[in-house]
Amino acid sequence: MSITTTPRVIEVHRPSQVRRWVGDLPLLPLIILVPFILAAVFADFIAPYDPTEPVRGAKIFEPPFWMEGGSTATLLGTDFQGRDSLSRLIFGARVSLIVGLMGTVVAGGLGTAFGILSGYLGGWVDQAIMRLTDAWLALPALVFAIFLAAVVGPSMWNIVIILGLVYWTRYARVIRGEVLSLREREYVQLAEIAGASSLRVILRHILPNVLNTAMVLASLTIGVVIIAEASLSFLGVGVPPPEPAWGLMLSEARSTLMAGKWWLTVFPGACILLVVLATQLLGDWLRIRLDPQQRNL
Amino acid sequence: MRQFIIRRTCYSIITLLILSLTIFSVVRLTGDPVTLMAEPGARAEDLARVRTQWGLDHSWPVQYAHFVQNILAGNLGISFNYRMPVSELYFERLPNSLQLALAATLLSFLIGIPAGLLSAVRVDGAWDQAGKVVALLGLSIPGFWLGLVLILVFSVYLEWLPTGGKNDWRNLVMPSLALGWYFAASLLRLTRSSMLEVMRSEYIKLARLKGLPGYVVIAKHGFKNALVPVLTLAGVNLVVMVNAAVIIEVVFAWPGIGRLLFEGIFQRDFPLVQGVVVLAGIMIVFVNLLIDILYAYIDPRIRLTR
Repeated sequence: MSITTTPRVIEVHRPSQVRRWVGDLPLLPLIILVPFILAAVFADFIAPYDPTEPVRGAKIFEPPFWMEGGSTATLLGTDFQGRDSLSRLIFGARVSLIVGLMGTVVAGGLGTAFGILSGYLGGWVDQAIMRLTDAWLALPALVFAIFLAAVVGPSMWNIVIILGLVYWTRYARVIRGEVLSLREREYVQLAEIAGASSLRVILRHILPNVLNTAMVLASLTIGVVIIAEASLSFLGVGVPPPEPAWGLMLSEARSTLMAGKWWLTVFPGACILLVVLATQLLGDWLRIRLDPQQRNL
Repeated sequence: MRQFIIRRTCYSIITLLILSLTIFSVVRLTGDPVTLMAEPGARAEDLARVRTQWGLDHSWPVQYAHFVQNILAGNLGISFNYRMPVSELYFERLPNSLQLALAATLLSFLIGIPAGLLSAVRVDGAWDQAGKVVALLGLSIPGFWLGLVLILVFSVYLEWLPTGGKNDWRNLVMPSLALGWYFAASLLRLTRSSMLEVMRSEYIKLARLKGLPGYVVIAKHGFKNALVPVLTLAGVNLVVMVNAAVIIEVVFAWPGIGRLLFEGIFQRDFPLVQGVVVLAGIMIVFVNLLIDILYAYIDPRIRLTR
């Protein structure tokens, strides 16, 4: 291979490549997801009120503005403490997205590391890790997460770690399978013959090749993690009050559901639904994009 | 076959060991277990009594041996709140949970399999498009929120169904729908893809060439074979159900194991929480083992490859 021609080829192809990617970007999930991301990042500037304090001058259980008794000061109504629903939803996006992303990163990091070690080193390491993975897979994840959260106490970062610990197994399984076949490839074997250390082979030749798979798995995990966080918060072992988490808002709304305060239940759930839906769609798109073999699944 | 059973049983035992070890160490790494085992607000001498009663004054390995011994003897402690052995409470609630899980499974089969079949038979038709939307929604709607919305619609506004509790079949409708929803969607997906795969195979072509009517090909040759992976999912489903059931039972005040766990958390009833998690874990591992053995019995390829 001559080195001089390579850059030119890339230059020729790059514009069309980029355009194809942009043109191919899935519109629907992005339309849904981008506002939530913006809300999460700029919550402090967008939210009309402090999400943890009652709105001054507003009553409790004010309905959304288009209903009788609602006011445009609190667009989506107020909750049992007179806090602004919209502000809580906006700050809730931050909690959900942080936990979803970071939980996935922890799960993906752990799982990928274990999977690579297991697949590349083989032998008893492989056996030990795979038995651990099997055992972990056999446990009911959410029940286990509830237990862990009940023991270590509720906080957002505890939830991130717990959900990471609970959901890493799938990565380990899948990545190990990939590494097993990568290990037999010529370039990996040549690198070994050339005297590269295990660490170097893993970092330079194995890791970059399993990242695609890890990404696809991650896109599918985010939704699961977000729902799990909402579930934990709903059960009172997740993000503690007065923090505005969607699951917690649903739990607080439960006692007044019978009284017909529907907006307190419908909006937070709809937010969870939309975000999870968008990540699912994005995941499907990513899977087809990164793994042509799965296109017809 | 016997070798397969022995190996699988060993795996299950390892799983249980890891489960017990994790629970054991998490409790001890994050604080003094005595404060968890004693009721909130207990006096110093009570703490000391609990410490000796549960052998918490010994070294960790000895404590772990005690812990496992207690589990094996079915001694999971006494619930603070109920003043009853945890295992007794658990088995008292178990039938309720099983009833709910069964109803949800049945419902999801009734929804998922016909819908998946319909989607596969008319690929890219209107049914298939609708099926795709349902499948996608099924995987993204949190079951407990669906439950809340169902309550809002059918109990609060229409006043057709009771919001919770357990009296007659009407109490079962919404919880089993909320619990079975996710599973119905995944069944739909799986039935569709499995059916599509089967319908592409040679023997289907042959059946068609033989001149068999379309519905016979689909029902007898296609569907029967497409059902195998679908049934496998039913096994996996059990784990998912146990997970989702906790929160669904809380939403509908269904007196099952999930509700018990929630009460335990809410009332800081640690023996109850730990006991329920241990027993749920044991049950799952045991059922998984049974399913594995059953499949190896049905399909010889499984016992040879694994």
